[in-house]
Amino acid sequence: MNPRYILGQIGLWLSVFVIVSPAILFFLWMASLSLKFEIDNASYPPVLFPEHIAWKNYADVFASNRFLTYFSNSLVVTGCATALAMLVGVPAGYGIARMAAHKSAIVILIARITPGLSYLIPLFLLFQWLGLLGTLVPQIIIHLVVTVPIVIWIMIGYFETTPLELEEAALIDGATRWQVFRHVALPIAKPGLAVAFILAVIFSWNNFVFGIVLAGRETRTLPVAVYNMISFDQLSWGPLAAAALIVTAPVLLLTVLAQRQIVAGLTAGAVKGG
Amino acid sequence: MSVVTQTEPAAATESAAPAREWRPPSYWPFVIPALVVVLAVIIFPWVFTIWMSLQEWKVGSPTVFVGLANYLRLPTDPRFVEAVGHTLSYTALSVLLPLVFGTLAAVVFHQKFAARGFLRGIFIMPMMATPVAIALVWTMMFHPQLGVLNYLLSLVGLPPQLWVFNPTTVIPSLVLVETWQWTPLVMLIVLGGLAAIPTEPYESAQIDGANFWQVFRFITLPLIMPFLFIAGMIRMIDAVKSFDIIFAITQGGPGSASETINVYLYSVAFVYYDLGYGSAIAVVFFLLIVALAALLLYLRKRLLWTSQLGSEA
Repeated sequence: MNPRYILGQIGLWLSVFVIVSPAILFFLWMASLSLKFEIDNASYPPVLFPEHIAWKNYADVFASNRFLTYFSNSLVVTGCATALAMLVGVPAGYGIARMAAHKSAIVILIARITPGLSYLIPLFLLFQWLGLLGTLVPQIIIHLVVTVPIVIWIMIGYFETTPLELEEAALIDGATRWQVFRHVALPIAKPGLAVAFILAVIFSWNNFVFGIVLAGRETRTLPVAVYNMISFDQLSWGPLAAAALIVTAPVLLLTVLAQRQIVAGLTAGAVKGG
Repeated sequence: MSVVTQTEPAAATESAAPAREWRPPSYWPFVIPALVVVLAVIIFPWVFTIWMSLQEWKVGSPTVFVGLANYLRLPTDPRFVEAVGHTLSYTALSVLLPLVFGTLAAVVFHQKFAARGFLRGIFIMPMMATPVAIALVWTMMFHPQLGVLNYLLSLVGLPPQLWVFNPTTVIPSLVLVETWQWTPLVMLIVLGGLAAIPTEPYESAQIDGANFWQVFRFITLPLIMPFLFIAGMIRMIDAVKSFDIIFAITQGGPGSASETINVYLYSVAFVYYDLGYGSAIAVVFFLLIVALAALLLYLRKRLLWTSQLGSEA
């Protein structure tokens, strides 16, 4: 252990600390805000660890009108949009990879570049004309704009790397294309399926812009519900922060648990919807 | 695709040839469901938007074909012109700052240390978290009297700021949030680049006695240039389109000091319900993003020394 090594280690941990602290401090402060009574949230200098913990803020959020409705709306929209995207996107990724149809990636690129609001104007009119606006259907459909390109993009990448030999052997043995896909290609691509699923869930869950236009009072998803709380409830920080933490907690949990998959997916396609 | 069979003896040497012949038709069924979805939610909206941008189309009144009138209105609309300026300054800062911090963070995360995977998970939390939820907490932190940021400034002896409540500091304040949120993405991309660098240049640099900064400047930086370029491109696309953070924190205010094209587009289309004009803004907005991407590609070509190195990676 020479002094130079020790100095290097100290320097390394110091830099790690500096780099990670903005994230840690922010979420710590978010938790702190959500667990304080108004008197502590309004005190100066600010208090990080309060004497009395306001669990009541969380109880208030769950008891407040419609929070559970919004929660289930979010579950339905994200669940359906992700399931549909997997259903159509995984075979499509497979087909595109096997056909080596690289030009089709241009459509995904365009989808990636286009601002989410541009889809909203025509689809809003379409949904209005179809009389669907009071339901969750418009949001499920428009969330496909986010989820389908993510799934296709990630699955193309995975199927391009899976070995062809097994598939060709199965074809020679008389299996159909569908059987080969179902029993040979799909099992090998399981890690890719996990990556596509996780990223589609997160970006659909987080989506805000589609909801503010398409959601009515009964059909809001959680991000829209939280946004509406800001405008009406500016001064009670505790319950607001609690609501914000509840909305984002599932995603944060997923991020820490599945960080390997998320990192793999983001560096492969660097996808983000909306 | 010509299906003229080549059952000459030469083809027999390629055992996979018969399977290959059937490729184009047989893989289509896999793609068709997705194609229908993409046509419905991506292609159709695009075509419809372009058509609508040529109409005078306000909700509740009949539509009239007006040709390019909506487009000609754009340069004379001071709010739009101002929004373009806001978008460009917001984007420039939101690309550069995460690139700098993300590269530094990647250099650190490239080292080996305990609990690296877990800490990386923590580090990427800002970009995965629900934007509206974090926007709400930032709004509280920006509060001039009760916010924690002014308290932190007072600790280091700086005067309190008005942050997002002052027209001159609102864009830098929002960029602070954007940088906090998206530095992790740049870090991940550059980290992938660092992992691909061979160790030989570092070994010879060590023999030559190069210091940390020299190694970074003359070996690491040129080799990760292609990845920095990709990161910059993605960052540009996302920063131009940034909506959630700006809308949730300032709604484009105070006044219209942080109104970007995207926020203005929202107002035109869904507050004033001027759908024809909104569609024209959407088209021009898209073209602006494509133009900026082309500009980045051009700049990359100009920096030939980097693209030569980049062609290998």
